[in-house]
Amino acid sequence: MEHFPALMIVLPLLAAPVAAALPNGRLPWLLTTAVSWGVLAMACFLLATVLGTGPISYEMGGWAPPWGIEFRIDTLNAFVLLIVAGIGAVVTPFAGPSARAEIPQRLQSLFYCLFLLTYTGLLGITATGDIFNMFVFLEISSLSSYALIALGRDRRALTAAYQYLIMGTIGATFFLIGVGLLYSVTGTLNIADLAERLPALEEARVVHTAFAFLVAGIALKLALFPLHLWLPNAYTYAPSAVSAFIAATATKVAVYVMIRVLFTVFGVEFSLGEMPLQPILVVLSVIGVVVTSLMAINQLDAKRLLAYSSVAQLGYMAIGIAFGTTLGLTAAITHVFNHALMKGALFLALGAVAYRIGSTRIHDMAGLAKVMPWTILAFAIGGLSLVGVPLTAGFISKWYLISAALEQGWWWLAVIMLITSLFAVMYVWKVIEVAWFRDLPESRADVREAPLSLLVPVWVLVAANVWFGIDTRFSAGVAARAAEALLGVAP
Amino acid sequence: MMGIDPVNALWLAIVVPLIGAIGVALTGRWPNVREAVTLVTGVVLLSIVVPLWPVVMAGDVPRLVLIETLPGLPIALSVEPLGMLFALIGSLLWIVTSVYAIGYMRGHHEKNQTRFYTCFAIAIACTMGVAFSDNMFTLFLFYEALTVSTYPLVTHAGTEAAKKGGRVYLGILISTSIVFQLLAIIWTYSLTGNLDFQEGGVFGGETPAWLIGVLYALFAFGIGKAALMPFHRWLPAAMVAPTPVSALLHAVAVVKAGVFTVLKVTVYLFGLDTITAAGANEWLLYVAGATILLASLVAMTKDNLKARLAYSTVSQLGYIVLGALLATQLGIIGGAMHIATHAFGKITLFFAAGAIMVAAHKTEVSQLDGLGKRMPWTFAAFTIGALSIIGLPPFAGLWSKWYLALATLETQHWVLLGILMVSSLLNIFYLLSIPMRAFFRTAAATAVDDGHDHGGEAPVACLLAMGFTSLACIVLFFYPGPLYDLAAMIVGVTP
Amino acid sequence: MDVLGHYNYWIVIFLMMAGLYTVISRGNLVKKIAGLNIFQTSVFIMFISFGYISGSAPPILEDGVTLYSNPLPHVLILTAIVVGVATTALGLALVVRIREAYGTIEEEEIHSQDRDF
Repeated sequence: MEHFPALMIVLPLLAAPVAAALPNGRLPWLLTTAVSWGVLAMACFLLATVLGTGPISYEMGGWAPPWGIEFRIDTLNAFVLLIVAGIGAVVTPFAGPSARAEIPQRLQSLFYCLFLLTYTGLLGITATGDIFNMFVFLEISSLSSYALIALGRDRRALTAAYQYLIMGTIGATFFLIGVGLLYSVTGTLNIADLAERLPALEEARVVHTAFAFLVAGIALKLALFPLHLWLPNAYTYAPSAVSAFIAATATKVAVYVMIRVLFTVFGVEFSLGEMPLQPILVVLSVIGVVVTSLMAINQLDAKRLLAYSSVAQLGYMAIGIAFGTTLGLTAAITHVFNHALMKGALFLALGAVAYRIGSTRIHDMAGLAKVMPWTILAFAIGGLSLVGVPLTAGFISKWYLISAALEQGWWWLAVIMLITSLFAVMYVWKVIEVAWFRDLPESRADVREAPLSLLVPVWVLVAANVWFGIDTRFSAGVAARAAEALLGVAP
Repeated sequence: MMGIDPVNALWLAIVVPLIGAIGVALTGRWPNVREAVTLVTGVVLLSIVVPLWPVVMAGDVPRLVLIETLPGLPIALSVEPLGMLFALIGSLLWIVTSVYAIGYMRGHHEKNQTRFYTCFAIAIACTMGVAFSDNMFTLFLFYEALTVSTYPLVTHAGTEAAKKGGRVYLGILISTSIVFQLLAIIWTYSLTGNLDFQEGGVFGGETPAWLIGVLYALFAFGIGKAALMPFHRWLPAAMVAPTPVSALLHAVAVVKAGVFTVLKVTVYLFGLDTITAAGANEWLLYVAGATILLASLVAMTKDNLKARLAYSTVSQLGYIVLGALLATQLGIIGGAMHIATHAFGKITLFFAAGAIMVAAHKTEVSQLDGLGKRMPWTFAAFTIGALSIIGLPPFAGLWSKWYLALATLETQHWVLLGILMVSSLLNIFYLLSIPMRAFFRTAAATAVDDGHDHGGEAPVACLLAMGFTSLACIVLFFYPGPLYDLAAMIVGVTP
Repeated sequence: MDVLGHYNYWIVIFLMMAGLYTVISRGNLVKKIAGLNIFQTSVFIMFISFGYISGSAPPILEDGVTLYSNPLPHVLILTAIVVGVATTALGLALVVRIREAYGTIEEEEIHSQDRDF
């Protein structure tokens, strides 16, 4: 039990080469599914332990921190681990039929190998308590996801992966520069240790430079406007299961890294008080939310539309972070959770559409509600959650975000956020109207509903969207505890 | 049915129509069974709602907390006099409308009737939820659900015009509710930490007057279903729906949910004293007044029968909002009574309009010349409904207008009193001219024989429904007691 | 401050800028990868420079030596180099696939092909 923090990362890591060695067929998929469910069980156990008895510290290889690598699980990353593990456990069953249809037979084993590596990387970033180790896991997840995206059917997947590789590597290298500069002044790489030593060095210019590099690097990974240019193509052309998995987890983990660096490593007074980050984040995010929401309205491909909407939603999270208050941070963390649920559900629903008609262009979805009612209904509910309609998870996020804005007295920001929700209504409606009210072309009359193996994962996430829109004791409750712990407020 | 505990009746009132909706969806293949399910559900619903009436009159407030969504924000149900009034009207008229719809939908050979009845039942469930909400949060949930569930009804025809109307409908209702109303709700919550409907409202003395004013205005415009100008355009747009929808939803359930919310917010969220003390209502009163007058003027220019009735509804909703905004006891009583009297009057008018469409395929006022001889019952009902809305004795509409006028006198808003009077005159002109044409003019000799001129009266089911509602207009004039008592209890006047 | 004494950092900054500039300005996909490589290498040099202490010996235990260089940055950079190699390999592999799919590795030509598509 006490080895769970390491085991949940080692397990997918070891499974990856095994999956690659297995013959192409069902076996690698079954292995991946089993691993992802095992990891989910461990993530549940860890979160329960952390909520019950406080943070866990695991010494890798028995070397005590700060010399050895420490895995440190507190409320925040236990929560994010659960999100990543949960999405993984839902997406892998979906990936079976979906990837069989979209990825050449000879690459099946390698696909699952890459998938497991991405999974390992994301879990590792979240679990580790060592900032250099964070960089290594960041690169593990990034490199494998570049390759995963390149597996997309369209040749533009290749250029998208290439673009992502260039941008992602620059971001990661910026992060590495920041880490190096911090090490040069503190002599430590352990996050808890850094947090202790940095306050004495706040005046140093090296620390300011390190801060700038770290934030810029993470912002690239997080696709903060205007550094989001890699994201729409990558999400659009990746295989369906990969889009769902990456959209629901990768950027969320980047948000986690941002929160960790700003609030744990540097501390809120330095990050948002002494450094001029708050206005920068707020202004960029607000412009980003407005611009990318408008761009989403103009998209012709439903996946691309969702990708732009993701950038907008990440903007909301950045706004929540920029408040620097308990309520704001609660909003951001809750939205990390809820957004993972809604984007997971939406991308999976589109995956089911792609499985049947081989396209996700909005025009091609005309009248699909008549032949694939359950898929389109799932998309509609996920879309409602994205808009923030009451009784869905998205509403809870929006409620907290707007409360946080009003708490600061920034009513104009609240108004902007509500207006951008209307943009969300428009882009979600655009898809639904076509699928629901257009006539089904004759050529698609024989299209059938997606198979149950695809529908079940989709509806699990849809149900989660509704459940966490009604009962928020878990989602918002844990987020609030994490936020309090980060800001040092007594719970 | 006597054995139902009032607390259980609250959730049953929402669940029963939902079960009915499922039943309708399942029995869609057999139209007769399907319609029977609708009617039985309606009767069961009414028999659940009516026993609550004596409970409310006795001053009890049954309350039921379903689940706590956010800390301090439960989804909870309760019933108080205003909600009781609204629920009674909604559930009673649903049965009547169902009877009417059977005649109309079959007579008009509409497609997708199962979807129609299913969505209708869901919309009723949402209406009951609005009526029985215990706090603003719960109300908002049902308010939004009502908007979404009525969208398929508005776009029922599936034509380009229907889709366009649906887009306006959804666009205005969603955007006002999200941008204004939700903002106001969250703002109120972050100020007071409480959204419960309670006597005297949730605001303590410390909220500045200007903020009360801003919030109240956000609510007034944010409740788009109340159709306060300039956010009224969704209502005429919704007239592309089949007539039973226009009748029940866009003369009773949906629009009344709007004005009901305005009343509820005024009385229980802000409190009459808070509003008058802050002077939050003054300029809004004139917005409501302008809505009454302008909508009446627009109605005069409309030749399409349903469009004319829609603008008339906008105008009449203005009366109720005006009553709420006056924030006096008389104003609230008048507003609440107008919810009931206008409901019976306007639904009669819509029933008649639908009957004309089914039997004679006429949609424009100018086509109605001489039709009175052929459809005497329909036009008699229309006349009664029109007279009630105008507010002439011996029809129910008199009472609510009476109290509204008294309220303007009491607060010395002479301009508003004038508006009420002028608007009533305009009502006479644009409503009564319709049956006049039908009865006293003869059909133009050049009328094209389009194959629909041979039929007689409307289907019997339609006539029954019309007869019932127009009778109600008369009965409520002679026996307004129960209605008045219920309305008076809202502002704490016990009979 | 001794400007020339920090010559290693000047080199780092020069390489960093040169690398980034290449990534941004070149349209040739292979040249972009090369630029990225130079950019990463500059960071490696920076790390290694941190570890060196003036007058210190290499970190190998020896009698009579008291001042050692810090070995940790070297170890870190060993990891980073591996990451860098992997990135380069993957990037070049992608370029090969792009050339197979488009018949060119010039960014503008690829864009114009996609636009026609």
